[in-house]
Amino acid sequence: MLQIISLLLENKPGALMRVTGLLSQRGYNIESLTVARTLDPELSRMTIAVEVDPGLRQQVIKQMNKLINVLQATDLTESPAVTRELVLVRVRTAQQTRAAVLKEAEIFGGRVVDSSTEGFAIEVTGDPEKLNEFIDVMRSYGEIEVTRSGAVAIGLENKKLRLQPPVPTRAGNELEENVQ
Amino acid sequence: MSTLMSGARMLLECLSREGVDSIFGYPGGVTLPLYDVLYDHHIRHVLVRHEENAAFAAEGYARATGKVGVCCATSGPGATNLTTGLVDAMMDSIPIVAITGQVTSKLIGSDAFQEADTFGITRSCTKHNYLVKRLEDLPQIIHEAFYVAASGRPGPVLVDIPKDVFQAQGHYQHVTAIHLPGYKVFTEGHTGQIRRAVQLIRLAERPLVYAGGGIVAAGAATELREFVERTGFPAVNTLMGLGALPSTHPNFISMPGMHGSYAANMAMSAADLLIALGVRFDDRVTGRLAAFAPHAKVIHVDIDPAEIGKNRAPDVPIVGDVKRVLIRINQALAESKAKPVAQAESGCRAWWEQIRRWKQEHPLQPVSSDSEIKPQHLMAEIDRLSEGHAIVAADVGQHQMWAAQLIRFNEPRLWLNSGGLGAMGFGLPAAMGAQFARPDKLVFAVVGDGGFQMSIPELATITSFGLPIKIVVMNNGYLGMIRQWQELFYNNRLSAAELDCFPDAEKLAGAYGFKGRTIEKPSELAAALEAAVKEPGPYLLNVRVSPAECVYPMVPAGGAINEMVLGPPQPVAEAAQ
Repeated sequence: MLQIISLLLENKPGALMRVTGLLSQRGYNIESLTVARTLDPELSRMTIAVEVDPGLRQQVIKQMNKLINVLQATDLTESPAVTRELVLVRVRTAQQTRAAVLKEAEIFGGRVVDSSTEGFAIEVTGDPEKLNEFIDVMRSYGEIEVTRSGAVAIGLENKKLRLQPPVPTRAGNELEENVQ
Repeated sequence: MSTLMSGARMLLECLSREGVDSIFGYPGGVTLPLYDVLYDHHIRHVLVRHEENAAFAAEGYARATGKVGVCCATSGPGATNLTTGLVDAMMDSIPIVAITGQVTSKLIGSDAFQEADTFGITRSCTKHNYLVKRLEDLPQIIHEAFYVAASGRPGPVLVDIPKDVFQAQGHYQHVTAIHLPGYKVFTEGHTGQIRRAVQLIRLAERPLVYAGGGIVAAGAATELREFVERTGFPAVNTLMGLGALPSTHPNFISMPGMHGSYAANMAMSAADLLIALGVRFDDRVTGRLAAFAPHAKVIHVDIDPAEIGKNRAPDVPIVGDVKRVLIRINQALAESKAKPVAQAESGCRAWWEQIRRWKQEHPLQPVSSDSEIKPQHLMAEIDRLSEGHAIVAADVGQHQMWAAQLIRFNEPRLWLNSGGLGAMGFGLPAAMGAQFARPDKLVFAVVGDGGFQMSIPELATITSFGLPIKIVVMNNGYLGMIRQWQELFYNNRLSAAELDCFPDAEKLAGAYGFKGRTIEKPSELAAALEAAVKEPGPYLLNVRVSPAECVYPMVPAGGAINEMVLGPPQPVAEAAQ
């Protein structure tokens, strides 16, 4: 079963490697992964879709939370959330089916981003399941080429972000003693 | 204004401030600037003979004291040689900081001489790791590294430092605070869960304390003892927890697990409440998980939330420092008037009587013979000399299991072994680190003839520093645990199990400048060990033991822990009678 995880992590060198490494190390298969900066440029938001036995979902979250660069790991699989994905499809289509292809794209809320005598490039956003259907439909019209973005998700519940406060260092304490 | 200093000096400044007195290391091209500063620095550098042993020695230091151990290696091969020790520290939650040199920043990624992707390679070998890109980040990173290594669930942290960062000049900026917003350290357990735990403790009729390495890491031995004495509950210590409750304590049963005692495993299987303290329900303890402690409710206290429910879903999960949690449980028990049921006359007596019966039926007893030295006899003799107070660093294999079964430890941090990783070659360098940390202590390196031969180069380090370690080789001429499994599960086809060559111990030790001896008669054993202990310097005692002995009890892999094999299979003719 696919688990959707939303991670808020520090935008530090190696942070992505730590997340992907942890998943492969523990034997979880990544279905898709997207990452980009947040409003705070020092943080990134990552959405991971991962193939996990439902009984292990909590374990994955706990392991993610142990990564020092991860500020928050949230399991969105069953909590209120919106998941979207973007797909770009290039479909080669004969003259007589062009209109039908456009009609289908419209049904899926797609947008034509390129048109040529050979066919179209169409962009569709939606639920990953919906995109699967769209791809199936396009395939019935001819040869297609597909690039998917991977899922991005946002939780619809307010989840309090708990950050750890600074901890005084032993070295720093010694300094204060020296000053006194 | 602080003085201008090189990155190398700044590193030593940071280490001094962290209270580091020893570094176990091996120099190389890119760490030359560091070694130049070490030349006349007060921090002692211990030159080992292989980087892997630098990591093991740092672990030995940390295991024997609880302080962070430090090791150091150069780029490329130096760093890759450290990795076994890093993984070992990761598996056993041992706080060490590893410093590695890296090629000059502008050469990173160019396949330069002795370049390796240390940061990438050690990602999964460490609790956290760093690549220092700018000198101004160095103090912050070093102090963070020590904080991360020692806090929460301890573990190894690696800091990779390019040569140009060692050479750059800068000012040491005092680091007054560590700010890791995503690093959660859990200390206090949840009050409601602690209350629920106390309720279960009150109601249990067949309770058992299952205490592990977490007690040692948390320094919670006193609190554990108070808990056990307050409740009267029986307790087992895991391989990593030996010494957490003194082996001579009347409530101590022994070690559970694959080579645990009959009584400990039967008690686990029959208990109605397991109080699991700083343990991780490792497969070597639980055997077949589905059949493990089937009647027991479980209270699981651990500082790492990911351990809770990983292997066994607890009835009462408590995430927190086991020391703090035990203090609160003890308090709650002290304040309450109602005594635990198991402590009340009837309940406790029945359960204890049962445990005593199990102990009597199949005790862990030192076997001995007149013709050959039995490995168990050797361990019993070491135990006699140690009296529960010596540090024993074991290697990995049969001798490790016999030592764990038969040598008593009356304090934590005396028994040092590679528990999770099972890394051969651990024992001798770990003993070195421990002896540096505890010069006052009698330190035994109890090793097999296989693991010892992985560590022979370190005899030079032992001589250099005059470490009075007593190296006891339990020499059965085999990779004994391999032989045991091949005998039991592979039709006795002994493939690559025999070690048919072992150096003459007297000559070998003599070549390194200290005394050594080989013995094979049971009558020689006691006196030879006593002589080794009396020797002011190091001593190598090679003990030829009976080659074909197997470690029992044994729970075959995948078996339930109450389905132990208690001894060698009886000859068929006898069985038929």
